Amino acid sequence: MRPRPALGSPFQILLLACSFALAAYAGVRLLSGDWLGVALWVVGAALLHDLVLLPLYALADRAVLRGLGTAGRRSWAMYVRVPAALSALLLLVWFPLISGTVAGHYRSATGLSADGFAARWLLITAVLFGGSALLLARRVRRATKRRPPATQRASGSQPRA
Amino acid sequence: MRHDDPRLPTSPGFWRSPVRGTWFTSVLGLVLLAGITVLFVTGLLSYAAYNPDLAAVNDQTPDKGILGFYLFAWPTNPSWLYRATQGLHVTLGIALIPVLLAKLWSVVPKLFTLPPARSLAHALERISLLLLVGGGLFEFTTGVLNVQLDYLFPGSFYPLHFYGAWVFFAAFLAHAALKTPAALRAVRERRQDEAELAPPRPDAPTVSRRGALRFVSGASLLLLVTTAGQSIGGALRRTALLAPHGGADPGSGPNGFQINKTAAYAGVDPKETGEEAWRLVVTGPDGRTVRLSRPELLRLPQHSAALPIACVEGWSTADQWWRGVRLRDLAALVGYDDPPDVLVESLQRHGAFRRGALRANQVADPRSLLALQVNGEDLSPDHGYPARVIVPAAPGVLNTKWVARMTFGDL
Repeated sequence: MRPRPALGSPFQILLLACSFALAAYAGVRLLSGDWLGVALWVVGAALLHDLVLLPLYALADRAVLRGLGTAGRRSWAMYVRVPAALSALLLLVWFPLISGTVAGHYRSATGLSADGFAARWLLITAVLFGGSALLLARRVRRATKRRPPATQRASGSQPRA
Repeated sequence: MRHDDPRLPTSPGFWRSPVRGTWFTSVLGLVLLAGITVLFVTGLLSYAAYNPDLAAVNDQTPDKGILGFYLFAWPTNPSWLYRATQGLHVTLGIALIPVLLAKLWSVVPKLFTLPPARSLAHALERISLLLLVGGGLFEFTTGVLNVQLDYLFPGSFYPLHFYGAWVFFAAFLAHAALKTPAALRAVRERRQDEAELAPPRPDAPTVSRRGALRFVSGASLLLLVTTAGQSIGGALRRTALLAPHGGADPGSGPNGFQINKTAAYAGVDPKETGEEAWRLVVTGPDGRTVRLSRPELLRLPQHSAALPIACVEGWSTADQWWRGVRLRDLAALVGYDDPPDVLVESLQRHGAFRRGALRANQVADPRSLLALQVNGEDLSPDHGYPARVIVPAAPGVLNTKWVARMTFGDL
């Protein structure tokens, strides 16, 4: 005998039924044109994000952490993570303009130059990594200065690799 | 194979980040609750701003049914109304992308939980989550592509983004109703380690949960400051480093401000806009018609108005100083003392809004002009020479350029 019926909360069922009814009302209109294309976009967007984009950046992050861990610098992770993620985010959002895939269309429609986007993205990326490197350098210097003389001597007395 | 083999994502032990937890997800969820509500409301306002219930030419979604229940006559005051609502819609949408991605990251272990459904209610909730995540990503993606003029999506932007928003919002409402109370409790009581979110075997932390939240906020801030300038204009436009209408203006001088679609792009033939060829055809009741050349229009009473151009893509210009003939004076010319609605037709060959309808309240506003000049000079071809409509607070595409024909009367 089951401890409770596999129905769940009746309130939740009613709420979701109501939500599905509204979604279906809009959904038949959303799918009234190229229904297969739209369905592929909606389902594909979720699958692409959950099964491709997220695993890819999670694996990249693990690779960075492993690399830093091997060097004994795991605590530096954010100095790599932040500029890399911000740069990748800008590329993700503005990919059509940065990659130039819409350049001709964009130029003829708006009368604006389509050339600067990739250069500006690269410059922002350079500033992000450069700024992060400066912050890291400052942190390392402070840590060295603040280290009490005893440990300095201790570490100084260790054999060098 | 066992469900708790930590090599499989179906096992809670597979997920190691010590940042995941109830508090982190709840904070992001509450930010999205507020942010997406603003996006939905400003989106519905933008839809109303097109006056889709006025005339078929304005309506990209004739099958809307009850989804247009709230439509109202779009006002002309304040003149920056559409600038503000649509600038907010697009800029906030872009700035929320990192929050959306972080929120999805924080709950991804739940995607893999087994058994797939514990009950009927749970099964329905998971189907609803597909609409929530798929619909949300669809809305953000179509919006981000459209503002970059990258029309990859399978159909016309207006119906896709509008109906997609309702599908998404239906799932969003249910999700908010089910989760908000617990999220509020978790934030108030700083709850961390409940349910499936917190990892049972966390890795050593490389960042605190607060640090991770600052990271997400920083990413939002970066997108905000590199985008907002295209909706503010002036010197700040240059700060919009990657936004489509950031950076430098397309030209210099009185006609140098931002262009939505150039004359060449819209397929306007210079032969048709010359002084010899071009006539404005104004029609009133019972087919009463007046044909006016540009010099004749310039001899009618000229009025000025300082009004912005604001595009559905979120960018806008500061007020430009327009000069031309009042729309209500043109209505009077063909016999309407009380300004009626008007159908405006352009010479342009391409574009969904070659023809656009304006409502009586828009025609009646003394600042609504058929502009012949801007900032003290004749309009340039790209800004609609020989004549264009400019109406306070109307979306850019309803400020028809290269006007050829105006038909006053009930539409």
